[in-house]
Formats: sequence, structure tokens, C-alpha cells
Amino acid sequence: MEAPEPGAGSSAVAELAEASRSGDRRATARLLSLVERGGDPADEVASATQAHVGEAHVVGITGAPGSGKSTITNSLTTLLAEAGHRPAVLAVDPSSPLTGGAILGDRVRMSGASGAGVFIRSMATRGHAGGLALAVPGAVRVLDAAGFDPVVVETVGVGQVEVDVTDAADTTVVVVAPGWGDAVQANKAGLLEVADLFVVNKADRPGATDARRDLDLMLDLSTVVTRPGTGRPSITMTTATEGDGIGELAAAVTGHLDLLCEGGELDQRREKRRIAEVRAHLEHLLAGAADEALATEGLQPVQASESPMMAARRLARKILG
Amino acid sequence: MVDSGLPIRVVLAKLGLDGHDRGLKVVARMLRDAGMEVVYLGLRQTTDNIVAAVEQEDADVVGISMHNAGHLTLGPLIVRALGEAGLAVPVVIGGIVPDTDLAELEAAGVAAVLGPGASVEEVVTTVRSAAGRDGST
Repeated sequence: MEAPEPGAGSSAVAELAEASRSGDRRATARLLSLVERGGDPADEVASATQAHVGEAHVVGITGAPGSGKSTITNSLTTLLAEAGHRPAVLAVDPSSPLTGGAILGDRVRMSGASGAGVFIRSMATRGHAGGLALAVPGAVRVLDAAGFDPVVVETVGVGQVEVDVTDAADTTVVVVAPGWGDAVQANKAGLLEVADLFVVNKADRPGATDARRDLDLMLDLSTVVTRPGTGRPSITMTTATEGDGIGELAAAVTGHLDLLCEGGELDQRREKRRIAEVRAHLEHLLAGAADEALATEGLQPVQASESPMMAARRLARKILG
Repeated sequence: MVDSGLPIRVVLAKLGLDGHDRGLKVVARMLRDAGMEVVYLGLRQTTDNIVAAVEQEDADVVGISMHNAGHLTLGPLIVRALGEAGLAVPVVIGGIVPDTDLAELEAAGVAAVLGPGASVEEVVTTVRSAAGRDGST
């Protein structure tokens, strides 16, 4: 079918959504592009898919660059596809802050999943911080409405504080590799606090059992429940290149969803997700207004008595009226 | 956001048994630095895999790198595979292609061919032009 041009109107988008639901992958791909575009086209896609979302288990996979997120995503979704599921992947990689360009390289590790029929979409962050693209929640809804389940969201390679994925996913898997850090690293605030499940990947390498021990110890010391309703996060050892441990990971992911459903936690997480998405868009709009205010209002000369904080307040008053 | 402000999306791959990917990596970096989004598939891709990627990624252009003298077979093959899948996405071939083969590739529907001496500007302009996005990123 001929894909309508963006802005072609809501009926064209509704047709795409209908085609996407009946399995037309190009229609799904076009809808994802419209979501990435933002603005009116993205709104139309949201309206057209809204009635058909909520079925998919959204699984976030995050961790440091090179820890094996893509390889795990490949092995996990291949296994699920071969077991009769219809998984889809959203693989996020960073955009250059200088040129806006990006190398989206996650598919390099995903030939197996592609061959098994997994729908894979690469997505650039397009200026969004936090480990995901602004368009991720909207894109997840498109894949959900198209009947894919689970939808696996692979974040950019993250450091310690990029925890946006926990707002975007039902289940957050944090991947670490041997040598990633010691017991003190394990107790620093941030990413490790928000894991529902841990994976120690590259388990065939020296240091894997040390990594597991450090994570276990960190969990032992935890005195607050950071992720209510689903108990202590499990730790799965994998060698994703060989597929070792992937069956256990699949079971852990499914088991986590069961816990979420039993405790009523799933609905709460999804409500939080909705709020987080609104907030992200709100921040985006305000950031745009801030850039505009800086460009048009300008600043006083450096010598002037206006401090950076005072200048910011002045511009904020302008923006917020 | 206006259309011209959106990045061009390019799928880059090596098709079949051809292990020379340095050139493709250099091109990926050139296109990235020109503000494009490069979906990099890498080595030993099948036509099925490339077609699936082009479809799922909603790509504007597909770039295939060839250094194994297979271009007269594989070039038309990927153009045909995309056509059969109903994907009207231009194919740019890069690598070692003798001048004498250019006409045959053009006749087979290959949008452009970039040789070893191509400058950054030439690579970027060719991809933009293939995407129908001259004068933009």
C-alpha cells in the first residue's frame, strides 16, 4: 500500500493503524516514523492506536555500553519468537549533540532475531537525555497496538543515573558484565536501585561470580523497597552469545509479569508511566520555550548585576507569563 | 518540526560473503557526521535481512558495500528483492566497481555507485540526492 504523507490527515493515519493491526509491517514502520516526527502526526497516531494498547508486556533492557544488551535482546526475542510469541524490539542509540546524526548499531547483533521474524526498530535519541528517545512511549504503543508482545525496549548504553527506562517499561532488566565495578559501585545510588531483574552477562569470563556476589550483597544491604510488589530482584547468569542462561532469563521476565499482575502493581506502574510521559513532553515543550526565550530576550552583559540564576528567573517569568 | 529538519535514515550493509567492512564503517561515520541516522547492519547480511531492515526502519536509502566482485549479481538481486517486497527505496552501491559495469548496474535499477576515491562531499551529496533530499540533512 502507498503510505500517506505526514500531515495527510487522521483518516490516512487511521488506515495505517488498521493495516498495522492486521500485520502490515510497513504500515507499522510508517506509524513509528510519524511518532518520531512529533507534533500533529504523532497526536493522530496516538488517537488511532489508543483503543488497542495495554496488552503487551513492556520489557526494558539497560546497562553500560558493551555489557551485552543487544546480544541479550537478540537471544531473548529469538527464543520467544521460536516459542510462538510475537516480540518486537525498540533499540535506542544516541544522536550526536553536534550534528544530530547517529549510528544505530544494535541490529548488528540482531540478525538471528531478524531471521526469526522479530520486528526491530532502531531509534535515535534525537536530543533526549535519560537513556531513551522522547518518542519511545508512543512507539511502544504503536507496537503494542500492532499486536506485538512482548515489546522489548533496549536503552542506549547508560552510566549510573539514566533510569528513564523504569518509567517506560513494566519490567526493567539491568545488565552488568564482569569487571563492571566493585561492591562500592554496587551500592551507589541510581541504576542498580531500579532493577526488577539483574543479568550478569559474559558469565564465561573471569570475574562473573564476583559480579554476582557484589550484586547479591548490595541487595542484602538494601533497607528500602525500591520496586514494590515483586520481591527481591533475581540475578540471572548469561552468556548471551551462546544463548546460555537465556531460557532462565525468559522465565524470570515472565515470572516478573505474573508478580506484577497478581499484586495489582502493573496498573500502578502503568499509571506512573503515563504521568512520566506527560512530564517528559512537558519538559520538552518548556525546554523549547527556554531556547526561544534565550534567543529572543538575550542576556545582560556579563558585568551586569544580573546573576545566572536571576537571568533564569527573569526568562522563566517571560515564558510562564 | 518541518520535514527537511528530520534526519535521512540510511540502512548500510555488506551483502553475502565479503569480509571487508572498513569502507562501510568509514561511510557510516561520514553520513552520521552529515546529520543522518545510519542503521548499521554490518557483515554477512542476507537479502531477506536487508529487506526486513529497510521495511522496519522506514529507511530512505539503502547502501550496500561490495569488494568481492559480486556487484553484478548482488546489486540487481537486492534491487529486485526490495521491489518484490514493494519497497521503492533507492540502492546506492559503494566499493570496487569497474567503470565498465556502471551502465549494467544503472540499467538494473541501482541509484548510484560510489568508488574508492569518493570524497566525503560526494558520498553525502549522492546519498542525499538518492533520498530526494538535496540540500538538506
